[in-house]
Formats: sequence, structure tokens, C-alpha cells
Amino acid sequence: MKTIGIIILTALLVASVNAREIKLLNVSYDPTRELYTEYNAAFAKYWKAKTGDDVTISQSHGGSGKQAQSVINGLEADVVTLALAYDIDAIAKQARLLPADWLKRLPNDSTPYTSTIVFLVRKGNPKGIRDWDDIVKKGISVVVPNPKTSGGARWAYLAAYAYALEKNNHDDAAARAFITKLYKNVPVLDSGARGSTVTFAKNGIGDVLLAWENEAHLALKEFGADNFEIVTPSLSILAEPPVAVVSKNAKNHHTTEIANEYLKYLYSDEGQEIAARNFYRPRNEAVAAKYAANFSPVKLVTIDQEFGGWAKAQKTYFADGGVFDQIYQP
Amino acid sequence: MANDRIKARKIRVLPGFKLTLGFTLFYLGLLVLIPLAAVFWKTTTLTWPEFWHTITMPPAMASYRLTFGASFCAALVNVVFGLVVAWVLVRYEFPGKKIVDALVDLPFALPTAVAGITLAALYSQHGWIGRSLEPLGIKAANTQLGIFIALTFIGLPFIVRTVQPILEDLDPELEEAASSLGANRWQVFWRVILPMLTPALLTGFALAFARALGEYGSVIFIAGNIPMHTQITPVVIMQELDMFEYGKATAIAVVMLVVSFVLLLSINVLQWWTNRYNTHNLA
Repeated sequence: MKTIGIIILTALLVASVNAREIKLLNVSYDPTRELYTEYNAAFAKYWKAKTGDDVTISQSHGGSGKQAQSVINGLEADVVTLALAYDIDAIAKQARLLPADWLKRLPNDSTPYTSTIVFLVRKGNPKGIRDWDDIVKKGISVVVPNPKTSGGARWAYLAAYAYALEKNNHDDAAARAFITKLYKNVPVLDSGARGSTVTFAKNGIGDVLLAWENEAHLALKEFGADNFEIVTPSLSILAEPPVAVVSKNAKNHHTTEIANEYLKYLYSDEGQEIAARNFYRPRNEAVAAKYAANFSPVKLVTIDQEFGGWAKAQKTYFADGGVFDQIYQP
Repeated sequence: MANDRIKARKIRVLPGFKLTLGFTLFYLGLLVLIPLAAVFWKTTTLTWPEFWHTITMPPAMASYRLTFGASFCAALVNVVFGLVVAWVLVRYEFPGKKIVDALVDLPFALPTAVAGITLAALYSQHGWIGRSLEPLGIKAANTQLGIFIALTFIGLPFIVRTVQPILEDLDPELEEAASSLGANRWQVFWRVILPMLTPALLTGFALAFARALGEYGSVIFIAGNIPMHTQITPVVIMQELDMFEYGKATAIAVVMLVVSFVLLLSINVLQWWTNRYNTHNLA
């Protein structure tokens, strides 16, 4: 009896010394594939060194709204890293998988890195596109995804709108006229950022692509820097793609601790460097200074300052019958 | 009484009518009716005015016209050219016939997204075909013409495959008899061949039409998806889903379902009617 007890005890001890294997699912949006591939490897290494446990992180990518829907419909994400707060709000509201005040749980409104909207133009900039005014001119063809289905496209729309507001002393009618002119120049609205990049870069449609800054840099890498160049406008929007632990799922999977650590590590020096290397603007100023060459200076406005937050912007501009729909009314 | 029993036995050669009917209903219920009922159920999150407002908003209305119109035209064109393809495949022998026959099925097998990307690349102004259309002032990519092309592409096999077996069974002697009785070629085609093919053509048309109505993958890449202009209804539905408007999305889906059902039902009735006319004529 005694020997059996000792055997069991040693077995338990050995088991606890043995590394546990933990699985984590990060549900993200389209252009973060490369960022999280690099970050996951770095985090797994960090976690192994810290706790001895092996962690395997799975990734899922797609349009931000679609990804949020999947989580609402039961995709068991431990963390979500989406294009805009509105989509994570939807998970909190519709499925109650995380508290409504999730945005305040991590520093910088749960946004460890930021991005903005820039222009990608063809090599040599044959149409001479320098700023927003140039892309609403007659005869310029602009490629941008549908703001109703793409997070990046909503940021792009708001960036253009913010520029028009600033330029016209916050005259809303003038800004609407500006945005109408802009979308009249759009021959194709893809459903997501990657779709638009392909339309512009591969199918050769359009003079300018309105893209996430990191997506534009990626397109340069992917399709050749001798084919395209990046133009940074004078003013753009501070795009804040937030991250959050899906509390209920993480609790069920017993991954709450590691999921929190996974997101917190994004704010560490290493996490910030990885973000910067993948052309996301880091929050950490030292890292930002180190990678300053990657990011052209641009005046950035926030959605809270200019548009009073996501809920309001969504309702005014993108909901059915909103300003975006009115652009296309005859 | 005894007579009746003999009659019943004569009709049902195989036993198990009740069992198979029961299974059919169960199977259809599980696979088709329950999901469809769920669609209708989801719309109950909307009030009647909301429902009406959603299904009649201008982008949705424009998308119905486009979706049904383009699907109808594509299916119609396929009826004509699908018949020609089927005719060639049945009536003539030529080298490489087996390959051509297999090619017809390709739109079935190809993932629709692949078809869409390929078509978009071909028809864009720098693509192989788009380049030569451009000087003629024809733009296919990102126009309604592009949608029509994609829907024609995916619909072709339906006509060919429904007409082919009927054509194979068609006895060339009928045509010979007609021409020996003095009918010219046009009359032979119009009065002898076509009436016998009409039910199969209608079936093929209905299948191609239904398939085109629900098509998403191949269209979105070539359509442009501009509201009021090149946005098909499935894209409007996806748009609502992406904004977490499940009720509105299903409301528009219900319109698609009801209209499609009514259209397909009338095609079935038409088919039954032409078929009856046919046998009557032959007898």
C-alpha cells in the first residue's frame, strides 16, 4: 500500500515537472498574418523560458467583421485582435463573451500598436498624387474596399472625411461633397483589404489604392518596390486596432492567465519591435524612434476627437441609409 | 376489391412506398426545411415596418433587379449555346471529343472563387480579353456585363447535361421522316426537334437560373460591387451580416427565397405543361 502511494506521488511530481502543452487561438483580421506569425514564435519562446510550458498559438484571419461574427457564432477564440473596437464591442454586446468595458483593461485603449491609411500609387506616381485633394479629381481611379464590410475601409473613409472637415473649417456639407466625389472615383469595392490590394496590384485597376500603412509596405515587398510607391497624405486617421481576451472562452479553456500575458507581451520592448518591423506604429516611444525611418510623419486625428467614437460614426456614416448609402443615391 | 389490389400491386413493383416517402420527407425536412425555417424565424427580430423598410431600401431593390435580370439573361444565353454544344457532342464524331465533353463540366468542378479571380484577371483592362475589348469601348470587368459573363460561365453545364441524354435518345429517323415528307431544315428543327427538347431545355434553364441567383464567389471578383450599380443581392446580404444586422440580412434573404421559389415553381408548371402537350401531340 505504502509503495503504491509513493509511486503515485512520484508520478504526480514527475507530471507536474513535465511541461504542459497549452493551446491558444487568436482570431485576427486580414493584414496581421505576418505580424502574428512572427509574434507568436517570439511569445512561445518567452513563455517557455518563463514557465517551462509549451504554447501553441493558432491563427485565424479574415475580414474584421466576419471574424467577429465567427466568434459570436461560437468560434472558440481565446483572444481577438481585430481592426476596430466596434467589432469587439459587437462580441461583448451580442454574445456577452467579454465585459462591455473591455477597452479599458489594457493600456492605450487596448491598442498596443496603431496604424494609419496611406496611398499606394504606381511607380513614378504618373498621376502626381500627393494628398487627398488629388484623388478626388476627375479621371482618377481609386481602389478601396467597401466600408460596410471592411474595417480598413472604414478607417480610410474616416481619414478622407477628417481631411475634408479640417480643410473646410468643419463644414459638414462640404465634407460630404468631398467624400461623394471621392467614391464616384471608385470603380470597384472589394469586401476586404486583401481583395483591394489584389485588384490594384495584380489586376492593374486604379491609379491609387487607399490602404493600411502596413498593407502598403507589404504590397511593396510582395509585388516589388519597382512597381509601386507609397505616398503619405498630409493628414490621416490614427487607426487603432484593439486586442482583447475573450474572457468567457479563456475561462472555459483555463487559459485566462496566458491569454492575458499574450496580449500584455505585445506592449513589451520585443512585442513593440515586432510590430514596428511589420510596419505597425509602436506605442513605445523609444521603439518608435528606433524605427522612425519606416514611418513618414503625418498629422493624425483620432476617431474620438473628430467623430465622437465608433458607435456614433457607425450610425452616421455606415449604417443603412447613412452618409455612405446616400453617396450612391441617384 | 380484388381488382383494386391487383392494380395497386401492378403500379408498385417495389415495396416500401411509405418507408421511402417518410424518409424523403424527413431528409428534405432536415436538410432544406429546417434551415429555411430558421431564416424566416430570424426575420422575426424585425418589426413589420422595419422588415418592409429593409427589403425596399434602394440598394436592395437595385440588387434584386440586377441579380434576377443578369441570372435570367445568362440562363437564356446558355439555353441557346448549351443546346448547340450538346448537339455537337451528340451528333458528331471528331478528334478530342472526349476532352471537349469533359471541359463542359469544368465550371461545376472549379471552386467559384478561382473562376471569379480568373475571369477578373482575364477581363480587366490589362487582361488578355479585356485588352482587346477596351479599344471597342467595351468594359467587362467591374460592370454588369462582367456579372453576366460570370453567371453564363457557371450555368453552361446545366443546359448541356440536361439536354444531352434527351438528344441521345432522339431517333434521327424522325428527322428523316419529316424531311422525306417535305419539311425543310428549319421546319424539322422548329416543329420536330425543338418540341421534344423543350422540357429538358426548361429544366436546364431552371437549374442554371437557380444556380446563378445564389452565386457569390465567382461574381464578387468581377462585379465591382458598387451599390445601386453592380452589387448583387448576395453581396447586400453579406454587407448586412458584416454589420451584425442578422435580422436585416435574413429579411433580404427571404425576398430572394420567395421570389426564387415562385419563379422555379412556374418554370416547373411550364415544363409539365409543355410535356403534356408533347405526348398528346405524339399520340
